[in-house]
Amino acid sequence: MKYAWRNDAFAKVTGRARYADDIKMPGLCHAVPVYADAVHARLLRIDPEAAGKSPGVLGVFTAADIPGTVKFGQIIRDCPTLAGDKIRCHGDVIALVVAETRAQAMVAGDLVKCEIEDLPALTDPEQALAPDAILIHAELGTNLVNEHSVRRGDVSAGETASEYIIAAEVTTSRIEHSYLEPEAAVALVRPDGVVEIHGSMQHPFSTRRFVASTLGLPLAQVEVTGTPMGGGFGGKDDTAALVCARAALCAWLLKRPVKITYTREWSMRESYKRHPYRMRYRMGLDAEGRIRFVYVDMLADGGAYCSVSPWVTWRSTVQCCGAYEVPNVHCDVRAVYTNNVFCGAMRGFGSPQVNFAIEQLIEIAGQKAGLDEITIRRRNMLQQDSVTVTGQQLSGHTVSLRQVMDRVLAEIDYVNKRQNCSFGDPEAEEWYGIGFAISYRGMSLGAEGTDFNSAIISIQPDGSVILETGIHENGQGSESAMILLAAEHLGIDKNRIVYRRSSTSTIPDGGTTVASRGTLMGGGAVVDACHIIQDKIGAIIRRKLAVDPAHLLFREGFIYDEASARRLCSFNEAIGWCYQMQEYPYAFGVFKAPQVSWDEHTGQGNAYFTWVYGCQAVELKVVPKTGQVVLLNMVAAHDIGNAVNPAMLSGQFYGGMAMGTGYALFEEFRHQDGKGISSNFHNYRIPRATDLPPMTAIIVENPDPLSPSGAKGIGEPTNELMAPAIANALYRATGKRYLKQPIQPDRRGAFPQRPKENLSTPELGDGSLPESDSTDRIKED
Amino acid sequence: MAETVTINRHNYQITDAIMERQLLDWLREDLDLTGTKNGCNIGVCGACTILVDGAPRRACKLLLKDVTGKDVITIEGLTPADGSLHPVQQAFVDAGAIQCGFCTPGMVLTAYALLKKCPQPTPADIRQAIKGNLCRCTGYQQIIDAVMLAADRMTKQKR
Ligand code: FES
Ligand code: FES
Repeated sequence: MKYAWRNDAFAKVTGRARYADDIKMPGLCHAVPVYADAVHARLLRIDPEAAGKSPGVLGVFTAADIPGTVKFGQIIRDCPTLAGDKIRCHGDVIALVVAETRAQAMVAGDLVKCEIEDLPALTDPEQALAPDAILIHAELGTNLVNEHSVRRGDVSAGETASEYIIAAEVTTSRIEHSYLEPEAAVALVRPDGVVEIHGSMQHPFSTRRFVASTLGLPLAQVEVTGTPMGGGFGGKDDTAALVCARAALCAWLLKRPVKITYTREWSMRESYKRHPYRMRYRMGLDAEGRIRFVYVDMLADGGAYCSVSPWVTWRSTVQCCGAYEVPNVHCDVRAVYTNNVFCGAMRGFGSPQVNFAIEQLIEIAGQKAGLDEITIRRRNMLQQDSVTVTGQQLSGHTVSLRQVMDRVLAEIDYVNKRQNCSFGDPEAEEWYGIGFAISYRGMSLGAEGTDFNSAIISIQPDGSVILETGIHENGQGSESAMILLAAEHLGIDKNRIVYRRSSTSTIPDGGTTVASRGTLMGGGAVVDACHIIQDKIGAIIRRKLAVDPAHLLFREGFIYDEASARRLCSFNEAIGWCYQMQEYPYAFGVFKAPQVSWDEHTGQGNAYFTWVYGCQAVELKVVPKTGQVVLLNMVAAHDIGNAVNPAMLSGQFYGGMAMGTGYALFEEFRHQDGKGISSNFHNYRIPRATDLPPMTAIIVENPDPLSPSGAKGIGEPTNELMAPAIANALYRATGKRYLKQPIQPDRRGAFPQRPKENLSTPELGDGSLPESDSTDRIKED
Repeated sequence: MAETVTINRHNYQITDAIMERQLLDWLREDLDLTGTKNGCNIGVCGACTILVDGAPRRACKLLLKDVTGKDVITIEGLTPADGSLHPVQQAFVDAGAIQCGFCTPGMVLTAYALLKKCPQPTPADIRQAIKGNLCRCTGYQQIIDAVMLAADRMTKQKR
């Protein structure tokens, strides 16, 4: 067994790692948020008096105390740091109470009174665009956050060419990231006037923008440093940045260090969620089972604020047909404002929803055409040089969809086990099912935004190395991956490299650590910095030794002439010479993502510069009496390009599969009329150890020529296809399709038994959509 | 009248005035033992797991008066005095069981208590034992690997 390694393991396993709430300092005071029990209301008056007189209270602050801009947002500036005249969702914070102790602040928080005038609330996204809908943000004149579309080929021609057409409505739920550590931040104003923030957030630079905007300060006067983060999964951007901005506001006004630590209840109430989608699909196949067209209309509930809805929904359009070639596509997606808790980034970012739909529809359609689930996929899947639905040719990297799918099917012994599926057999004590799903995923930000990153390598006179990058450690092990890459390229032991957790003042803005771009973008910058160092060292060696090797080889602490394999010097000697000869062994490396292109009008373009391919499969059984699902086994394969840190990589697989399981089977942020019912882990269930089966991770490596390290990303691909794999397995266990997530299988007797299917001799299904979706038709009928 | 509680082999006097304090808050705020985490504060997530007389307990559900006269071990107390790692901790490191690390202290202590009771557990035993400790990052797979590895090493050590 090769042991895992990560640079922060010792600190974490001994409990020494200091997370944001663990920070203590002299004079630290504590702030808490105050909410109004309203979903949509005019905020007429806040009465801070009683709270202000409560023991230990140092201040009660409202929107009126904000010196800078009240509202901020990454795309649309619609989100108030503190609600001013209007409350738009149940998570809106109307005031902050600061006291000497947290307990005092809590007591006083309950004493803040406010006068509100309730307004009718809009909580059904389907109603958001009705002509008479109330407006969430009157100044915008509409509840439409954004719309995107893809137009490719001619859908009506595709329809004419189709033998089999299916239609279905698929819905997904709002889910909570459930990072184990709730939001927390410490802010202080330094003697030099700089506002310093230490917080649990996954994007220090976006946090800096929130803080600077709230306080009306230039960016350079705010320094944000990340702390070890107890999980993020995309969820510690806007809300976490707001918590930091509020701590900064209190610190600024009181000139004392202030800590805000969220309770789980506040975190669940206020933090943004994964967008629930309603998707209406129509798909047509020709007589050979080739997809001729896909027509899809999607509606995403964005909740009260925009956050990154336009980017999330954009990915849904680009990936709306899953990993298949489709010549004719008509796709529209809209995100709308409602008075629900807002939605934003979450691991997967607009793909788990569409994959849940498309990976079931492909099987339903295949069944109509008389093709089993393997054949229909093979017939339509993207291959080398295929053209995607946005007109991008998949070349320049290995399109390994077939490879990952075959690996998974072989590992789980799919074809043999498929014969044991129950399809709701009324005689059976237990229903067995097996299923899988495939996906492709555009890497990094794509046409969402500018995409570049940097790394600094500074080698000390004794040969030890300080490394930092613009990528943030979210717990995934990015620091360790960066160290391993630098160690490999400099040919030195990893233990000689110290990762410096960068602050916004020490390294340029490298964009947010999202979109599985950490290893790809940060790693690219590290490799560039290593090349710069190698060139500098090379020049010094040539001068010092008067040799002229064409290429140097850096290995195991020594430097060689690559051609003759002659050892020239040790790494430390070379560094010593650098300092003697006035050359700093220091480098600022940059990786700029290759150009992408996008035409917003047609929804066509080279959306992402590279893609990853994945397949996940699951075996399960259902207890017919109770509808209980027992997972037996899960297997995943993803093409990661180059596995920098295999143990951490496998951890991403398992974590993503587990999260996808929760999404499939039980996760749903429940709310009533815009007020959250789910408030903590007793009424929002995430997978426990006993909910999960043994998992197998298969790492496929086709190094990516466009990635300097060869590596791509993995965080999100692993979390975008377990839910449809489970849905497909449940179909083969129960004989019923579940197009609404989360899935609670019906108990025996609740639905008619379906005929048993075989892989080799599949039967023509009569369409397996529920009654309400019976718009499907077979043309020849 | 003050009573005593032992935390990581040190004795602390508990005065009447603080008997009603939550153990978790007291450990974190007064003793600066911040390895014990607060993930839910209602006894569901297991991030605050500590050992009370060797058994895993939730510090968020205990008051100081509940532990007077008892022996409490937190994650900080698991590490031997020489600064090396306990075999359970080392196994967590080696098996890649740590991601964000927020669940780790509670997981390690739960695993430690399991191995005391049951030195050679099956994966199913481990799942049962840690089912009260939530982890959002790892899918538990490498945590289970870690406990198996620790069990293996500790049994070999004894021989
Ligand atoms: S904090 Fe005690 S169980 Fe969650
Ligand atoms: S490692 Fe993050 S919650 Fe377990």
